[in-house]
Amino acid sequence: MSAGMVLEGNAWRYGRDIDTDVIIPARYLTATTPEELGAHCLEDLDPDFVRRVRPGDMLVAEDNFGSGSSREHAPLAIKGCGVSCVIASSFARIFYRNAINVGLPILECPEAVAETETGHRLRVDLEAGRVENLTIGKIYHAQPFPEFMREIISRGGLVEYVRERLREREEGGA
Amino acid sequence: MGQTITEKILAAHAGREEVRPGELLNVRVDLALANDITAPLAIEAFRKMGAERVFHPGKVVLVPDHFTPARDIAAARNCALLREFAREQGLEFYYEVGRVGIEHVLLPEQGLVLPGDLVVGADSHTCTYGALGAFSTGVGSTDLAMAMALGEVWLRVPESMLFEYVGELPPWVGGKDLILHTIGLIGVDGARYRAMEFTGPVMEELSIDSRFAMANMAVEAGAKNGIFRADGKTLAWLEDRARRSFRVLESDPDAVYARRFTIDVSGMQPQVALPHLPSNVRPVTEVGEVEVDQVVIGSCTNGRLEDMEVAASILQGRRVHPRVRAIVFPGTQAVLLEMVRRGWMEVFLEAGAAVSTPTCGPCLGGHMGVLAKGERAVATTNRNFVGRMGDPESEVYLSGPAVAAASAVAGRIVHPEEVAG
Repeated sequence: MSAGMVLEGNAWRYGRDIDTDVIIPARYLTATTPEELGAHCLEDLDPDFVRRVRPGDMLVAEDNFGSGSSREHAPLAIKGCGVSCVIASSFARIFYRNAINVGLPILECPEAVAETETGHRLRVDLEAGRVENLTIGKIYHAQPFPEFMREIISRGGLVEYVRERLREREEGGA
Repeated sequence: MGQTITEKILAAHAGREEVRPGELLNVRVDLALANDITAPLAIEAFRKMGAERVFHPGKVVLVPDHFTPARDIAAARNCALLREFAREQGLEFYYEVGRVGIEHVLLPEQGLVLPGDLVVGADSHTCTYGALGAFSTGVGSTDLAMAMALGEVWLRVPESMLFEYVGELPPWVGGKDLILHTIGLIGVDGARYRAMEFTGPVMEELSIDSRFAMANMAVEAGAKNGIFRADGKTLAWLEDRARRSFRVLESDPDAVYARRFTIDVSGMQPQVALPHLPSNVRPVTEVGEVEVDQVVIGSCTNGRLEDMEVAASILQGRRVHPRVRAIVFPGTQAVLLEMVRRGWMEVFLEAGAAVSTPTCGPCLGGHMGVLAKGERAVATTNRNFVGRMGDPESEVYLSGPAVAAASAVAGRIVHPEEVAG
């Protein structure tokens, strides 16, 4: 999730408690690449989704998005099918961490979710946390990330963050 | 101002005197765990981080339990990846088929998780170890890679919710029923980002196996962890198992809780969660006439000795309904061996149930009991989401081992007393 990025795409609107089993069913969990996983994203919930989603489109869902299993395959599958961003009223905690760690942009913005329908055109400014619904002409502001998470995001994800920490340790002779 | 047990464990692992909810901390981990689904991504992230050695070969544990014995070539390849990594890093605790068990039953049994510990696992049910008074929580593969490389993770200190259980536990009601009831009360995100602390006289009476079942499902209410105070029962259970010394921590009387609940268990019925959410809970007699095709008894929630004992006590001298497939999958080889020694294996086989080697397989629709379109299962597992156990048009009803075993005999969901008196 790089700062300063502005995303634009069509909304796919779903309900609450979208769990990681429907995001990517366990039968596909021997795969590990975003492309393989993305081919089955949300198929048990909406069999048409993968066929019709276009690069840049956004998932918009109600409370507790990503509940259930810790599978990091879930945010990878969402990335892999071309989705640019997930906007939800709230996220389950492991999914929230995983999305940040693998660089899938997520925003918590219940106001935007409440008024967005499938097919609405959205523009998202990640750094400003701004969600604009171009179809109905309204602007919303998402919950800002805590400072520490912004640091992880600005370093390009958790992998880079740890890489730097390991380098510092080596240089420190620890 | 007092602190909760969760806050005390986090503080101790952050080198702090005290911590407060909402703070973000870097904490030291005592154990980092991954399985054959999550470890391949964690190993990949570990390499990308430029890490060469795990922080401690005795504190990183790999458990190939999900798609094992390898269900197909892709699963075999992933297991090979774990095996090679375990060998390369000289991991002290790596469990091969024949010795492996379901991770959250296996690790406590092996004495690897102790009171006061801080454990992270790339599996959402890592919260199970709270039953022993440890802080444990599920993370993703990249977080786990950080733990493997640095021996640390970042965590937000959760607010705690206190659940006090009072009254007299009725027959056929166990830990699984209590946690299903609790999730039904607060909802699948009722404890989101929070700690669930279980206490009260009923918890003191509760067996360690039942405590495991309760802590295990804290995540189904969205919690970060579920936790019990380690008491005399815990210490007795650990006596022949603990591999290290440990420090028992407990909540201060003036600890601060975001919410408190008092739950009277007197007169409670066994509980069932209907499709497709673990919070969709009703007392068993209010489920209605529900015929079942498959009964699954086992998993990281209910694959322990007590669960097998309850199921065997109901199936003793009875037969699985002709229309039903009953599958028993104990949590570990030790549980399975004890089933043989105590004669329960004969009970299950004579009843017409299949008994499996330990595996997570059927719980997540992986293998060893996948459901077809339109089929319905009652299972002692932990999730009944759409497609969880197979076809998206199949259904899973969650229960404890007593309801599951009785339903296997009746061919429909019943109160255990209807079958066993």
